[in-house]
Amino acid sequence: MMSRKAIDVWVGFFVLIGIGALMFLALQVASDSQAFTNGAGYKVQARFENIGGLKVRAPVRSAGVVVGRVDDIRYDNETFEAVVTMTLDQRFKFPKDTAAKVLTSGLLGEQYVGLSPGGDLDDLQDGDTIKITQSAIVLENLIGQFLYSKASGDDQAPAQ
Amino acid sequence: MGFLLDFVERLGAYVNHRIARLGFAARFLWVMLRTSGTSLMRLHLTIREIYFAGVLSLIIVSVSALFVGMVLALQGYDTLVRFGASEAVGTLVALSLVRELGPVMAALLFASRAGSAITAEIGLMKATEQLAAMEMMAVDPIARVVGPRFWGGVISMPLLAAIFSAIGVFGGYLIAVVQIGVDFGSFWSQMQAAVDWKSDVVNGLLKSFVFGIAVSWIAVFEGYDAMPTAEGVSRATTRTVVISAVVILMLDFILTAFMFRGN
Amino acid sequence: MPPLVEFDNVSFAYGSRAVLKGMSLVVPKGQVVAIMGASGSGKTTVLRLMGGALRASSGTVRVFGQTLNRMRTRELYELRRDMGMLFQFGALFTDLSVFDNVAFPIRERTNLPERIVKDLVMMKLETVGLRGAAHLRPQQLSGGMARRVALARAIALDPKLIMYDEPFAGLDPISLAITGKLIRDLNDALGASSVIVTHDVQESLQIVDHVYFVSEGRIVAHGTPDEVRNSELPFVRQFVQAQTDGPVPFHYPAQRPYREELLA
Repeated sequence: MMSRKAIDVWVGFFVLIGIGALMFLALQVASDSQAFTNGAGYKVQARFENIGGLKVRAPVRSAGVVVGRVDDIRYDNETFEAVVTMTLDQRFKFPKDTAAKVLTSGLLGEQYVGLSPGGDLDDLQDGDTIKITQSAIVLENLIGQFLYSKASGDDQAPAQ
Repeated sequence: MGFLLDFVERLGAYVNHRIARLGFAARFLWVMLRTSGTSLMRLHLTIREIYFAGVLSLIIVSVSALFVGMVLALQGYDTLVRFGASEAVGTLVALSLVRELGPVMAALLFASRAGSAITAEIGLMKATEQLAAMEMMAVDPIARVVGPRFWGGVISMPLLAAIFSAIGVFGGYLIAVVQIGVDFGSFWSQMQAAVDWKSDVVNGLLKSFVFGIAVSWIAVFEGYDAMPTAEGVSRATTRTVVISAVVILMLDFILTAFMFRGN
Repeated sequence: MPPLVEFDNVSFAYGSRAVLKGMSLVVPKGQVVAIMGASGSGKTTVLRLMGGALRASSGTVRVFGQTLNRMRTRELYELRRDMGMLFQFGALFTDLSVFDNVAFPIRERTNLPERIVKDLVMMKLETVGLRGAAHLRPQQLSGGMARRVALARAIALDPKLIMYDEPFAGLDPISLAITGKLIRDLNDALGASSVIVTHDVQESLQIVDHVYFVSEGRIVAHGTPDEVRNSELPFVRQFVQAQTDGPVPFHYPAQRPYREELLA
């Protein structure tokens, strides 16, 4: 039977190891996707005809670097568009004529929002809407286009 | 016709009995929570139970975690390498552990080792009239004996789950990087990109906290409710392990469905 | 002077099984009272009712002049401060030492500083002759020693009512004599009342002031030890003289006569 002191030491040791494990998980294993949302970011909106497989919490990238997160995706029944709300890191400013596109990382990877900055002198503020958007590329449409152009292209094969 | 009636009657009595027992267990939990002040004020009692439940489970948790992590890496690599995605093995190991295997396996091991010990201890105290003696000395046995063991389990559980996940990841690292030769940098960076603190690690911890409450509750209740005979205590101990296992897996499904729904 | 314990037409049923049926008894202050009967007659239930661990189905149980039936837990706990109970096999806390076992009620119910607690514990252990065993664990004690430690624990707070559940069961002759002597001496020294539930006739008759006989949930006889020894009542005679058959039958009631069983 251990003395009370010895038990206290072991329990303290146990709690330390537990916290150590948590720190290991926090720092070495995981990354925090909410690092700059909730306070250190500003919200902008963008409307798309088709967002493809874009999900909430998908990254917003510019030049390949993560600069924000998608917060919310809604459907506008009046204009029949998808309304995407995203939070951008406070540190990064983008011109008002920045374009937002729904892109795919890799060939079959997850979808994200890519920002291509324009040249406007004014920057996007909290609550602004990105005017220039490009929808996601839907595979079926692509194949349909290809087949169609193939068909019409063959018709117009130069016979001369 | 008589046989059918007889069967229905017995079924009804069985269900009745089960529900009555569940109700008793719920009231028991309520009394235990109400008298938890003792567990807090006589902190050394609770610390003692954290030692017996948590510290003494460290070895089995650590060893199991190491092997689970190593096996995950081994099996994961074998499959991933066929798709040219061998560098995702870190992601595979980490996500499996943090979201599922860490909390669930730690809870199952805890139930078998610490849960059964708690049930046996309380059951034996009941059988040898120690609980009745305490009552006669006007000391509430639920406050003094049951409470600290319950809270000791609840506190130990998340810590054990975190330790399980951490050691498991390390085991995966040992096999994938050190043994097989997956790139050190890719292993960790891909893992970090895929594992999210809030939605993966924290959710896993939340799970283990819920498991901790469930297992500790089952363990103390079965002990307290055991028949005060040798056979009764032995049966109660078995019940703790079996019921805990089923409840853990059920809760795991429910929690996973809530937490990890398609985003 | 009102009696310390008073049972007034008390009945108790366990589920549908009636254990006590209209039992009445009194325990005057300063006396040692024995409750005797065959196994399963309801003796231990009487102790439980006295201690408030069970509630009577009907009738009144009064201890220290207060009715137990409607008492709330807090009041009951206060009442128990003046009661001590010795369980059949001691019921010592196996994770504590002998010293800590005896100190338990003192530490839990009072705020006395440790050095006074130590003095009290040593005093109680000295009374039962086990001061030298203070550092031992319950697992290291013999049955008789364990019971003596439990006795020291039961009197730790100088109770006014001490209850004994089969204190003589399974003891060797020396321990038997020691236990009997302790029960009597402690009772007189503390000015308390003691209730002994037992079926050890010889030892009890030597130390008690009054005896109650319980059979099938009722008091069937009672009196002083002398009255009991000279009683003409069949039940008492069977008990005192250890006769194998009488009002308490040898045969457990069977479905049909033996003759029929053999010839079937």
